[in-house]
Amino acid sequence: MELRGAAVIVTGASRGLGAALAEELGRAGARLVLVSRDHEALDAVVDRIRDRGGEAHGVVADVSAPESASRIAGTSGALVGPAEVVIHNAGTLGPVPLAPLADTSDGDFEQALGTNLLGPFRLTRALVGSMALRGRGMVVLVSSDAASTAYAGWGAYGVSKAALEHLGRIWDAELSASGVRFLTVDPGEMDTRMHREAVPEADPSTLLRPEEAAAKVVDLLRKAP
Amino acid sequence: MKHAAQIATAVVEHTPGKLLHVDPRRGTLTDTRIDALPELLRPGDLLVVNDAATLPASLGGTVRGEQIELRLAGEEPDGTWRAVAFGAGDWRTPTENRPPPPVLAPGDELRLGPGLRARVVSRSEVSGRLVSIRFEGPAERFWLALYPRGRPVQYAYEPLPLSLARVQTPYAARPWASEMPSAGRPLRVELLGRIRSRRVGIATLTHAAGLSSTGDPALDSALPLPERYDLPAATVAAVADTRRRGGRVVAVGTTVVRALEGAALARGGDLLPGPGVTDLRIGRGFVPRLVTGLLSGVHGRDSSHFELLSAFLPGPLELLYMLHTAAGGYRGHEFGDSTLVLG
Repeated sequence: MELRGAAVIVTGASRGLGAALAEELGRAGARLVLVSRDHEALDAVVDRIRDRGGEAHGVVADVSAPESASRIAGTSGALVGPAEVVIHNAGTLGPVPLAPLADTSDGDFEQALGTNLLGPFRLTRALVGSMALRGRGMVVLVSSDAASTAYAGWGAYGVSKAALEHLGRIWDAELSASGVRFLTVDPGEMDTRMHREAVPEADPSTLLRPEEAAAKVVDLLRKAP
Repeated sequence: MKHAAQIATAVVEHTPGKLLHVDPRRGTLTDTRIDALPELLRPGDLLVVNDAATLPASLGGTVRGEQIELRLAGEEPDGTWRAVAFGAGDWRTPTENRPPPPVLAPGDELRLGPGLRARVVSRSEVSGRLVSIRFEGPAERFWLALYPRGRPVQYAYEPLPLSLARVQTPYAARPWASEMPSAGRPLRVELLGRIRSRRVGIATLTHAAGLSSTGDPALDSALPLPERYDLPAATVAAVADTRRRGGRVVAVGTTVVRALEGAALARGGDLLPGPGVTDLRIGRGFVPRLVTGLLSGVHGRDSSHFELLSAFLPGPLELLYMLHTAAGGYRGHEFGDSTLVLG
């Protein structure tokens, strides 16, 4: 797909993979709406993209909050027009340090589901009707191999990502005929704050840089029909 | 917190509403459900929807230290906003019982929350409550501050605060509407899919639906105010193609009728793509040139929408319609049932 001029929403865009995706998409000429809870870090990403001549707008919102979906959809509709691509990248581990399910609180489990599953569900719902009427749109779900492999200690996160992937499959079954596409990507293990929180002992030199993972995802988008 | 949960659960309704199908050719009224809409359309027909998203158009604030509520009634091409001011209070009081706002004068500063300040540019001669305002700072700052701060215009019959999600149509795209273009609210994605699979076309336009009422008789009698629209080239082509092939053009909502008929009238009958503003008022006796049928809400005789509906209803059917909707328990508000006038 043509990314130059495309209206793209990226959640969790203030750091890690989200920030790298935003910068890569900014270089590709996309018109970006970037979402994060962290105002300052988000502004820094927006400024970097603008300094290079790109277009980016920062929306401060928590994707797990029920009211965020229509706020993000409305703000982006006003600033860059109806979204052509949404990348659900915002994610949370649940309990930090990681904990077995038996030691996971309701709050941590609900937070993981809220951010990793319900947030993407609500934001997708706010956008796909318009995408389906226009006959095109791309919804990207950022997942993990923890969605398919049962790693001890990754309960809240793994369950939420497994559900997210299934969400994508069902959306696809329901909407592929309308021209809206759903793409689930597993960027692999990256050197990010989330990974450091999950696996503090990991050797960063063995991990993918977020910029490399972002380039691969953007390449997939470019090659998408 | 309890409120938040109650609001959130009401985003999507699963009970399909009732649909009253009025066939003006046969002179018949048929009770059915909105789910039956695909079967009432024929291959080759075209459904035109308004994809305007509903703004969080209600802003609380102060002017010279006095409380006001400001309802945004449409953005002007020069970047100013038309707005209607109300005195203290909120939607729980019907608009006609709300106290008037303080007298607003050009230059007055409106403080509408963090990052959201505006100045009164001018006051309307129709009503002192209708003003033109300009927000401080660039457009981006306005939009980023509006969404956390504004609330949807709320109706007195709804006891709980409306969430912004609840006042969106399923295909809302561009935030232009002061109030929900509610005729399209029942057109769920599943229903739109079934309509398409019958080889009925679906086209979009964007029309800035304004405020439905203000409680100020002088101002209400001037509604709808001029509203802007944008016609995509694909929609203009689809309308022409449908008419050439003998299909029917069905407008979803009075805003779509205004946009299509207003745009055509402005250009001597030709529909051209692009943006525009229409002050067309449609009522009894108006002969639509392009629109063959109308899907709308259920409207009582006292509503401004009834005037528009009557343009599609031959005289005797108007009375039948009123009697039938009353006897049949049809719900008439923004979240109510539907009327299809199509023969």
